[in-house]
Amino acid sequence: MSSMEKTPLSETKEMQPLLKVRDFSLAFPQYENGFQETYIQVIRDFELSIYPGEIVAVVGSSGSGKSLLADSILGILPENAKTGGKIYFEGTRLTKRRQEQLRGNAISLIPQSVKALDPLMKTGKQVQSIVRDKKAKKRIQREAFQKLGLPANTDKKYPFELSGGMARRVLIATAMASEARLIIADEPTPGLDKKTLREILQNIKQLSENNRGIMFITHDIHAALKIADKIAVFYGGETLEIARKEDFSGDGENLRHPYTKALWRALPENDFKALKGNQPEAGRVPKGCVFEPRCPIATDFCKKNKPKSEIINNGMVRCFYA
Amino acid sequence: MLKVNNISFGYHRDYWIFDEISLELKPGEVLGLYGSSGIGKTTFAKVVAGYLKADKGSIVVDGKTPLQKGRNPVQLIGQHPEKTINPRWLMKQVLKESGDFSAEFLQELGISQEWMQRYPSQLSGGELQRFCLARALVPETRYLIADEMTTMLDAITKAQIWETVLQLVEQHQLGMLVISHELSLLEKTCDRILDFQELSGGSSAF
Repeated sequence: MSSMEKTPLSETKEMQPLLKVRDFSLAFPQYENGFQETYIQVIRDFELSIYPGEIVAVVGSSGSGKSLLADSILGILPENAKTGGKIYFEGTRLTKRRQEQLRGNAISLIPQSVKALDPLMKTGKQVQSIVRDKKAKKRIQREAFQKLGLPANTDKKYPFELSGGMARRVLIATAMASEARLIIADEPTPGLDKKTLREILQNIKQLSENNRGIMFITHDIHAALKIADKIAVFYGGETLEIARKEDFSGDGENLRHPYTKALWRALPENDFKALKGNQPEAGRVPKGCVFEPRCPIATDFCKKNKPKSEIINNGMVRCFYA
Repeated sequence: MLKVNNISFGYHRDYWIFDEISLELKPGEVLGLYGSSGIGKTTFAKVVAGYLKADKGSIVVDGKTPLQKGRNPVQLIGQHPEKTINPRWLMKQVLKESGDFSAEFLQELGISQEWMQRYPSQLSGGELQRFCLARALVPETRYLIADEMTTMLDAITKAQIWETVLQLVEQHQLGMLVISHELSLLEKTCDRILDFQELSGGSSAF
C-alpha cells in the first residue's frame, strides 16, 4: 500500500490519457459451407484509458482475447481482421499509418514469449539495436541491465545461456532502453517462481517511472494486484469491470461485477470456490449480458438486454445489478 | 502404497539434481510437495512416473516395480497440456488413443461433446487440461502426480479443475502428489505438505 495520499492521475481531469480506447471491437471472417462469409466477433465494447505513469492491468482467462488487444493497439493484427471503435494515443486517433510510425518507438511491446529474442545475437547487442542514438546505445543498455539487476556479463551472453527469469529481464530491458511512452506487457510473468516473479514485477513497476504508461496483460490476478493502479476485468471479449486495486479486499464486497467477485473468491487464499460452466466462445456469445449463463444473480432481463457501462464508486462496470 | 526409496538422479556424472529422496504416498491421500523453481521438482516427478530412470534407489508401486512396458499405474500431468497433445489430431482421436471413456465420466470432468470435433489449437489451456486428466484417469491408474497442473490457468478455471480432481481422487481412492511453488494452493488441496528442499537434505524454503 502506498503511503502517499495523492489523487490518482485518472481523477485529475486536466491530464490527457496516454491511451484511450472507446467501443473497440474486433472480428475475424469465417467461411461456412465454402463461400458464406460471416464474421466472428472476438472483442466487443472494449474501453480503457491509461494515463502517464499509470499501470493498468487487463486480467482475463485464456481465450478471452487479451493478446489480440495488444495486437490491435500495435496494429499488427492479421490482414483480414475487421476492427471498429476508436483508439486514441495522446489525444490523436490511431490510424494504421500512425501505428506503423509509433510501434517500436512511442509504443513498445514486451512479448509473451522469451522466444522473441534473437537466438543468434548476444543480448547486449539486441537491446542496443533499438536505441537510435549510436553514441549512447552502449551506456543506455548497460544502465538498463544494471537497473534490472542483470549481472554485468549478461550482455555477452546468447539467449540460450540465460534462465527464464533473466531472459524476461532482457525483454524488459529492451522496453526500458526505448523511448516508449506506452509499454504493453503481454503476459510477462508465466511460470516464474515466487522470488523471480516478485523481482520481475518490480522491474515492470520501474518501467512506469518517467511517466510511462503500462498496459499489463495477465491471467494472474495476484500479479496484477501487486503493481497495477487499476484493473480491467476482461471476459468473453468484453470489459466487465474496471476496478481500483483497493477494491480487491475482504470478501470482494467493494467489487462491482459478479464475475469479478467470483474471480476474487476463487483464489486459493480466499474461498477457492469454482464457478460452473465455461466462458462463451467467440461467435457464440449470448445476446444479453455475456456473463448471464454463469451469473448467480442473473434474471430474464439479463438474457435479453446488454448492460451498458456505468461509473459506480470510481470504477466502471457493466451489470444491471451493480 | 507408492514407495519412493532413496532415489537419486543426475544428468551429469558430477552432481545430482536430487539425492536420496524418499517418500510414501497412501491411496486416497493428497500429498503436497513444495519448492521454488529450478530445484528439481519436475525431474523428480518424471522419475517417479517412470519417464526417467533413477540412478540410485527404487520406486515400488503397491508392492511391485512398474514395468517399462504397458501402462504405468503412476500418471503424470504437467504444466503445459498443449505440449502433450498431438496438434494434428482431433480431440476425439486424442482420447481414443488412451481408451474408451463413458459420456458420464467426460461430463464429470466438464468435457463438452462439442470439443471432440476440434483440434487442440481451438481449445483453451483449461479445456485441454481436462483432456489430459481424462487420459490419465484410466482404470489402471492408482497414483496421480500433478506437476504445476493449474499454474497457467485463471483463478476460476483453476478452482474448477481442482474441485473435479479432488472429487475423483476421493471416489477412486487414488494417491495424489501435488507439486507446486504455490503454498496457498497446497494448503487448500493437500492432507500434508513436504518441502522438497528439506527432503533432498537442504534447509527449508518455507
